[in-house]
Amino acid sequence: MGNLLTIAIGSAFISNVVLSQFLGICPFLGVSKKVKTALGMGSAVVFVITLASAVATIIYRFVLAPLQITYLQTIVFILVIAALVQFVEMFLKKSMKGLYQALGVYLPLITTNCAVLGVALTNVQKGYAMEPAFSDAILKSVVNGFAVAFGFLISITIMAGLRESMEYNNIPKALRGMPHVLLTAGLMAIAFFGFSGLK
Amino acid sequence: MGKIFERLYNGILKENPTFVLILGMCPTLAVTTSAINGLGMGLTTMVVLILSNMLISMLRKIIPDGVRIPAFIVVIASFVTVVELLLEGYLPSLYKSLGLYIPLIVVNCIILGRAEAYASKNNVILSLFDGLGMGLGFTIALTLIGSIRELLGTGAVFGYRVLPAAYEPLTIFILAPGAFFVLAFLIAIMNAINIKRGKPTGKGGNCDQLCAECSNRSCAGRNLLVTKEDK
Repeated sequence: MGNLLTIAIGSAFISNVVLSQFLGICPFLGVSKKVKTALGMGSAVVFVITLASAVATIIYRFVLAPLQITYLQTIVFILVIAALVQFVEMFLKKSMKGLYQALGVYLPLITTNCAVLGVALTNVQKGYAMEPAFSDAILKSVVNGFAVAFGFLISITIMAGLRESMEYNNIPKALRGMPHVLLTAGLMAIAFFGFSGLK
Repeated sequence: MGKIFERLYNGILKENPTFVLILGMCPTLAVTTSAINGLGMGLTTMVVLILSNMLISMLRKIIPDGVRIPAFIVVIASFVTVVELLLEGYLPSLYKSLGLYIPLIVVNCIILGRAEAYASKNNVILSLFDGLGMGLGFTIALTLIGSIRELLGTGAVFGYRVLPAAYEPLTIFILAPGAFFVLAFLIAIMNAINIKRGKPTGKGGNCDQLCAECSNRSCAGRNLLVTKEDK
């Protein structure tokens, strides 16, 4: 149990997916103008990454590893994620209208979120996918995936909150837009360094 | 001939993927802790970009329109895997320092973006030079960012000490926040130049549209399995 907590805190805060791993930067910079959309994007990412890390681990363990074709993992994972996102979208559209309305627009944007592929690959790299017991493997992968995505949700929401409150600030012309957002992200990254004391 | 140079100019300056289009931000920020890493990542991406552009251009009349995005992704992912294995075999130190970001070249918007926007509509030679131009633009940008970060963070460039020993290295520049700061100021400088010349600033100003556009049109999952009703 303590082990899982270490994984969760490590993935969500200490090595935050956006601010120290630099994964999922595009939505982080692009969809962070309003808190509401940031929350929607963040929740969609949590949903997809948690699901994708479970599916990727199962496929790695029961298909790629026994057939000894683990070198194909990049190709297989990206296709699995793309198909998964598509199925999730269709499923939500048909059977869970409310959730679809909340997350629907963001789902297609997620396939290119490198965090999803990144988590699937880290689960393999860190050995979570090949834990001796299947229950351990799936639990660790899912916890890691959820924590990474939760870290994304936190940072994109904070970013959106900051941008909302700075909307009418008088910023030098050249710094407007992207540079200003990047500087804010840099300061947030410094703040997140504080978490490394938790190690 | 003119068209080839136009492609190179377009990739390196006019539509520089990093500073103008603001694409492929993940590797740009993540691996530029030193000049050599930036150069390595840039060249790796360039190789994948050129090869995938060429193959996709060759196959452009064979790939059915409805499944083109998954087909492009398979092509790109295959080349990435090949390059990854080659790096592991021949340049193990670079392979180690780039780590996770090599397989992640697959989701680099630049590559899928060029496949969709250029290679699937033009002949092999032009696609090759389009890939070369864009790849060079990306490599130059990454090397530049890497050099600045290495210079400020360790006082050296490409491992050679440039600044005098009295210079106290600002370690923050080789850590995560430094990546954001350096990129922010480089884009700001470009904006300042453009403002002075009376040109509109780079598209980075409205990243919202750009990211959504990029993700929607070329990189998105939506296009991945286009069904009949979507058409």
